[in-house]
Amino acid sequence: MYSYLDFEKPIAEIEGKIKELRHLSDDSGVNILDEVSRLQGKVDRLLRQTYSRLTPWQKTLVARHQLRPHFSDYSAALIEDFTPLAGDRLFGEDRAIIGGLGRFRGRSVMIMGHEKGADTDDRVLHNFGMPNPEGYRKAVRLMRLAERFDLPAITLVDTPGAHPGIGAEERGQAGAIARSIETCLDLRVPMISVIIGEGGSGGAIALAAADRVIMQEHAIYSVISPEGCSSILWRSAEHAREAAEALKMTSEDLLKLGVIDAVVEEPVGGAHRAPETAIERVGDAIERALAELRPLSGGELRSRRRQKFLEMGKLTLG
Amino acid sequence: MSWLERFARPKVRALFRKNDIPENLWEKCPNCEQMIFHRELETHQRVCPHCNFHLRLDAKQRLRFLFDNGEYQTIELPEVVADPLKFRDRRRYAERVREARTTTGLTDAVIVAHGELGGSQVVIPVFDFDFLGGSMGLAVGEGLLAAAQLAVLQDSPLIVVPASGGARMQEGVLSLMQMARTTIAVDQLREAKLPYIVVLTHPTTGGVTASFAMLGDIAIAEPGAVIGFAGARVIEETIHEKLPEGFQRSEYLLEHGMVDMVVHRHKLRETLIKLIGLLRDSGARADVVALPRTGLEIPSVGSDAKVSKGPSETPSGPS
Ligand SMILES: [Zn+2]
Repeated sequence: MYSYLDFEKPIAEIEGKIKELRHLSDDSGVNILDEVSRLQGKVDRLLRQTYSRLTPWQKTLVARHQLRPHFSDYSAALIEDFTPLAGDRLFGEDRAIIGGLGRFRGRSVMIMGHEKGADTDDRVLHNFGMPNPEGYRKAVRLMRLAERFDLPAITLVDTPGAHPGIGAEERGQAGAIARSIETCLDLRVPMISVIIGEGGSGGAIALAAADRVIMQEHAIYSVISPEGCSSILWRSAEHAREAAEALKMTSEDLLKLGVIDAVVEEPVGGAHRAPETAIERVGDAIERALAELRPLSGGELRSRRRQKFLEMGKLTLG
Repeated sequence: MSWLERFARPKVRALFRKNDIPENLWEKCPNCEQMIFHRELETHQRVCPHCNFHLRLDAKQRLRFLFDNGEYQTIELPEVVADPLKFRDRRRYAERVREARTTTGLTDAVIVAHGELGGSQVVIPVFDFDFLGGSMGLAVGEGLLAAAQLAVLQDSPLIVVPASGGARMQEGVLSLMQMARTTIAVDQLREAKLPYIVVLTHPTTGGVTASFAMLGDIAIAEPGAVIGFAGARVIEETIHEKLPEGFQRSEYLLEHGMVDMVVHRHKLRETLIKLIGLLRDSGARADVVALPRTGLEIPSVGSDAKVSKGPSETPSGPS
């Protein structure tokens, strides 16, 4: 069943009407088809309007939409011979981060990313995309493997954040994230990150200290969730909307701040309305970035990547 | 500075910095609740003489207790864009920063100091928790980058002493980026083969632990400090379980292999001096350095080329 977001209510109503009319259309005349196409036009207009001026909070909801394409959708559509590799060789296999080898548009790559899961069981299996230290240690292992075979590393970021848990702390969550960031910054192969949904804090940047950080138009990337920020700074969870506003976590703002390098336009109505198109466009953006990065030597890639992060903080929203 | 400011300022400070004021003669230990005479607490480096509880230090106290004779120089923090997001919650971020500056007398949450420790040059950035919870934003990131550069320039070790709740929310994703930037900073020490030591103090959490603070060549923790990634309350709310005794405390981290040692504040200086000496193979004990060759019977080729000194002229080695 298609699930609508709160602010999509007017759209949901019209689309409901269209569905009803289509049921009737068997025993009625041409008039109904006219009406359907008139209503469809209205839906398109409304979608375009709504999605061209989503508030940061609405974007948060879109970024977390259940039907939004996840890592597995991207890997299925973009990667041939995708061969997942498991385990950190230390403790366990963390399904919150999936990664492996595959061919992207004809050439071998290492691709990895957070997976939130598609339905309830799946979400539990993937721990809602919240990795434990093992996930980050697996990511480090895969990045190093990519480097050894001169393969580009591609990461897809989609996480509420690193898992807050007893075991996670005992096994060194902080250190695992730190080492993962360090590894991203040290790699001597092209590294591309795409924020496809939710870029949640340390759990996100652990995989996103890349040569090119690309962001889906309606994705968010933030130091803290709007809810978390609200409960700390406003001392109540009710100010998430304002927090979302204040945190400047949309692709538009982050591009201005120089924190990300490119934005991929989403289909009208968001990636969840036309996943195939949305994924294909991300594929094109990755391909463009790879074409720019492949000619550079490992040393050049590494030093330019580091320089890029050192430059951050000079641009303002102005 | 106007006459008004000159007179108003110390008063404002007096309200917040009770510890600095000698008239405030007694302080209550937050752990055993014993009253401790102010001067006694100072001579004990703010460790409770009754129960060994380590009270929090501000950055200046920390620096005074670390450097030889309590002497050090500080470098000015590099200038950064102030309030890059024009952030406002219940209050304006700019206002919060102004207030923190007034109450602490600091520019931001870190002081970068350099001077001598055990007679050799070191660079020590220290966090001040009183400055917006020691949170890491652009200024702290720049401060750590400057500290790392200074250390490399001086060919000296870097000792970072964090006390921080994590990234500074009010600088949004730019504070998140400091996790990458500070990682690059401390990596420079590694490239220059210089020691990078972290002294984890209470509390060190969030984005600070998940970046430079957990990347030390050697990780030291002060007794009883809370050190971790996620806040205890967040964990409890997520897993709906009670947290184990001593969770996220230094001793717990030691038990779980996350730090090299838990060091009492009174032993911190000598531990650092020893570690740096060992890592750099320098600063060995004077009597060992001056060990007389003639006193040891090591047959060596071309020994006659050596200047022969009588045993009476050399300090006695182990015999
Ligand atoms: Zn006490």
